[in-house]
Amino acid sequence: MDLMRMVTVNRVWRSIVRHGVIATNRNRAMLVMENVFLHLHSVKVRRRNLELSSTYYLGGISLILFLLLTLTGLYLMLYYHPSVPQAYDDMKELQFAVSNGVFLRNMHRWAAHAMVFVVFLHMLRVFYHRAYRPPREFNWVVGVILLLLTLLLSYTGYLLPWDQLAFWGVSVGTNMVQAMPGVGPRLRFLLLGGNIVGDNALIRFYVLHCVLLPLGLTAGVAVHLWRVRKDGGVAGSVHRQAFQAARRAADPRRGRNGRRASEDRGEGAP
Amino acid sequence: MKPCILVEDSDAKAVPKRIALIRREAPARLLDHGDEFVPSAPHLLMQEIIVLQACIVLLAIVSLLFDAPLEGIADPYHTPNPAKAPWYFLGLQELLHYFPPVVAGVLLPFLAVVGVAVVPYFRMNVEVSGFYEAPWKRPLALLTILTAGISALLVVYHVWPVLIPTVVVYVLVVLPALAFCPAGLSRRLSAIPMSDWIMSWFVAVVTILTTIGVFFRGPGWSWIWPWKDGIY
Repeated sequence: MDLMRMVTVNRVWRSIVRHGVIATNRNRAMLVMENVFLHLHSVKVRRRNLELSSTYYLGGISLILFLLLTLTGLYLMLYYHPSVPQAYDDMKELQFAVSNGVFLRNMHRWAAHAMVFVVFLHMLRVFYHRAYRPPREFNWVVGVILLLLTLLLSYTGYLLPWDQLAFWGVSVGTNMVQAMPGVGPRLRFLLLGGNIVGDNALIRFYVLHCVLLPLGLTAGVAVHLWRVRKDGGVAGSVHRQAFQAARRAADPRRGRNGRRASEDRGEGAP
Repeated sequence: MKPCILVEDSDAKAVPKRIALIRREAPARLLDHGDEFVPSAPHLLMQEIIVLQACIVLLAIVSLLFDAPLEGIADPYHTPNPAKAPWYFLGLQELLHYFPPVVAGVLLPFLAVVGVAVVPYFRMNVEVSGFYEAPWKRPLALLTILTAGISALLVVYHVWPVLIPTVVVYVLVVLPALAFCPAGLSRRLSAIPMSDWIMSWFVAVVTILTTIGVFFRGPGWSWIWPWKDGIY
């Protein structure tokens, strides 16, 4: 504790963090309001929305996975060249030459699969809790776009190892694009930079995967979170809230905070 | 007409009639939840940090135990049999087995995405209690016609994995309207709104198609048993 004091109670520290230790409600509020990274939070949250069954933390886990993917992805970029056949050789380098290279690639790969799955679960949670109801309709649409971006991110990353799995997985997918009436073949050409999955396709998928799509997803997540905050925090289960509110209203013996009036008056207390 | 007297009382016996004035454009949300608020700074932040750490630990354990797949270098002249897309697209690839590419690869995914995106703009919350008041009322008849149409299409294209959940969901929706349905089951089923049935049907279809694509398809997209032939 003395060490904490030494670090936090001096001019230099206070010039960085202007409020004091968060021992008062004022300072707790200041911490959130004055910090650029924390200010997407509201100063106060509903206690019930912190419960597991309100959100199952699925949106938060999606964001955490995205952060982990960004970090491990940056690290992987240090060892990766988006060219044929160097890309595949880099995978072998990761496997045999880079310290913890396999672990690093595993983290990125499994987090990517997990993110697709968790984002989908998040959508189901929001649906069954009716959390898309007005005024949150448009935020649901933003969420659908984020789900598509997540799928595209995962899919563009799928090509980068340049192994058989990657090559044929992407071939199957881009052949589906070709089926689109009218624009299909042109769209496929645009996506692959040619008529086959080759060098050009690899560099295009690389740019999409490492720059364009992450930027798009970041912007989308910012909008998504900002709207959640502006609409009064996460919605939890609208169903259950309405049910509880109706029960409170219908039962005259219950006070505003759900306690019985008799308890408020101290009756029945020992 | 007698003037309207508004009495504020929550006792249903003393004041039996209620009115609620809701403006059409006003969102129906609760303004007063009677909730307790806590500061985000320790409460929410602590939770976020704990979940973050749990995610890192879990992911690290999985990454230590299981290696990411890496096959031989890409070879355009050597097509693996079957050539599978990543798992989240295998539902679509499974559809490709039944429908022409325009339908399976373009039309159906487009419809699914649009269908999901417009969810909040539709009033699909037909509370099912009104749905059954007289047998074969309009919504029920409409649902029957729709299900019959979709099922016929599915039979023509032999899409059994989609036909099964379609029929199951239809039966569950219609069951409370039938006389022999036990009262308890009827009450429970009819409390589920239409939008939930549609979403659950969609989730069931996606899950079944993806599972089949991942585990039950082998060379030439033929049916295999994963415990006998392995996973391709």
